[in-house]
Amino acid sequence: MTLTPSASLATARTDGVNGIALAVFIFFFVAVTVMGFLAARWRKAEQSANLDEWGLGGRSFGTWVTWFLLGGDLYTAYTFVAVPAAIYAAGASGFFAVPYTILVYPLIFTFLPRLWSVSHKHGYVTTSDFVRGRFGSKGLSLAVALTGILATMPYIALQLVGIQAVLDVMGVGGGENTSWFVKDLPLLIAFAVLAAYTYSSGLRAPALIAFVKDGLIYLVIAVAIIYIPIKLGGFHAIFDAAGKAFAEPGPTGKPRGELASGPNSQWAYATLALGSALALFMYPHSITATLSSRSRNVIRRNTTILPLYSLMLGFLALLGFMAIKAGTDTHGNAQLAIPQLFEDMFPSWFSGVAFAAIGIGALVPAAIMSIAAANLFTRNVYKDFLKPDATPAQEHKVAKLVSLLVKVGALIFVLGMDKTVAINFQLLGGIWILQTMPSLVGGLFTRWFHRWALLAGWAVGMIYGTLAAYGVASPTQAHFGGSNAEIPGIGQIGYIGLTAIVLNVVVTVVLTFVLRALKAPDGVDETSPGDYTADVGDKGASPELPPAAVGSASGH
Amino acid sequence: MTEQAATPDSRQVVTPTRVVAGLCLIAPFVAMLWVSSYAKIEPRLIGIPFFYWYQMLWVLISTVLTMTAYKLVQREQRIRKGGAST
Repeated sequence: MTLTPSASLATARTDGVNGIALAVFIFFFVAVTVMGFLAARWRKAEQSANLDEWGLGGRSFGTWVTWFLLGGDLYTAYTFVAVPAAIYAAGASGFFAVPYTILVYPLIFTFLPRLWSVSHKHGYVTTSDFVRGRFGSKGLSLAVALTGILATMPYIALQLVGIQAVLDVMGVGGGENTSWFVKDLPLLIAFAVLAAYTYSSGLRAPALIAFVKDGLIYLVIAVAIIYIPIKLGGFHAIFDAAGKAFAEPGPTGKPRGELASGPNSQWAYATLALGSALALFMYPHSITATLSSRSRNVIRRNTTILPLYSLMLGFLALLGFMAIKAGTDTHGNAQLAIPQLFEDMFPSWFSGVAFAAIGIGALVPAAIMSIAAANLFTRNVYKDFLKPDATPAQEHKVAKLVSLLVKVGALIFVLGMDKTVAINFQLLGGIWILQTMPSLVGGLFTRWFHRWALLAGWAVGMIYGTLAAYGVASPTQAHFGGSNAEIPGIGQIGYIGLTAIVLNVVVTVVLTFVLRALKAPDGVDETSPGDYTADVGDKGASPELPPAAVGSASGH
Repeated sequence: MTEQAATPDSRQVVTPTRVVAGLCLIAPFVAMLWVSSYAKIEPRLIGIPFFYWYQMLWVLISTVLTMTAYKLVQREQRIRKGGAST
């Protein structure tokens, strides 16, 4: 999610270790680790050393598994920490996450079944595979793949930041005076475990763990949304206190926030919701989870049950107001608002459950993201450019190794650099990934766009987005201070990503006209119109796997 | 890659069902992007300002709309396939 936390994440806690919470946390963590390794045997196909098996779970997941997988994937630990933190810091503007996730589902409903069909028909594992097949352009495919990898890396890093927030509040993050090794040891362990089972089990591991993650998350939020308001004297008191707090001047001298979006922030609110919704299913990890489903209808059916997560996210966001009312001490770091609120409000053992929910909530998306990035590298860099005659077994091996590399990269990000760097890149990532939309969504519906025009449009969007984001200052940083800037020509403040995509499309359309007039050569399209609506059971699109107990969820 | 080519003509037609399904999918965009229509505090619901409960209500409304679109598309597909199961 493209959120801009206002304060540094680097605050260390010195409250001492919360023993019971830590024990509960470790219990769940170990349970999940065991599940992760056992997942390799779950619905295993006979021939398993290929990318379809490791990287897409054999394309075998039914409605419920896909629901947990996509839910576990899109609603990440960082989301759980950052959305309420944004509300805590500034009020209404942080709630954009709710309209954002509302808008995602009609979009998925419209676009993704077509992508699923064409991918199933041609064995595409990534969006870049599709772009290459549709436009016959390795260059465009490479651009899409690199954008995807680049945008995913900081996203993985932020999952580790999410775990770190929880560890900090539990008191195992170490104080200022401990050595970096002791301080980061818990994170290193969590990371090593994650890397190991992703390596061995592929997409099946997060799919299985997602059951635990989401079960815990729903439980914690259901309890929190009833229990905490009762303790705090009801929603009236909570929002009155929040309204008062927001009216106080913030670091810029203006009021800190507002309870409902004011006239000057409505454009930002709407464009951020729309832009984020468009960006979300361009992310490699959402595509990976979607392509792993068993049929078109699994995807469509999921758009009708996934909003349950949006509802949960809405309730979760309200916890940000509760943290204000409760006077949660975040030590100047808004990111700690929710973990700290849990620790203050809940009995120790239940705080442990809540922390486990967030911690595991980081592992699931981090695993899927690293798999998605590995798929992209293997198919669209390794196979297309480095070793065109790679066998499925070699692809499988490379992907597993790259999934490790990607995670190491994310870890270095988190440990080596200031946390704000990861957040800045995540913000840029959202803007960048949006620029692949014309190639992907455009390609799903029409072949009118010229491949070179798409590439040029992409480049313009990337450059504009990066420069515009660089130019945004905030009270705490001179650059990358936020994801909003003035929209040229309209004069309102809006989401940079959306402005960039409009520029991108304009350039693409104009250049397509020019290139068509110049009769520039088109690439070869290997897809045919019927491919986009093909379903399981249609001729030529039969499931390539023995249907092993699909639909029956066996992960509890 | 050729056997599917027989049907695309019938799939491109704009049918009333598809228009309704399309409207169901567009409605949330109109409602959510029109921020000024809901950027207010009153009326509150059990103390929660309108801004928040209205948007959360839309989670439910959009779910119903998407479900309607799903059923419509589903039914049309079934009719086209001549009653074959999906």
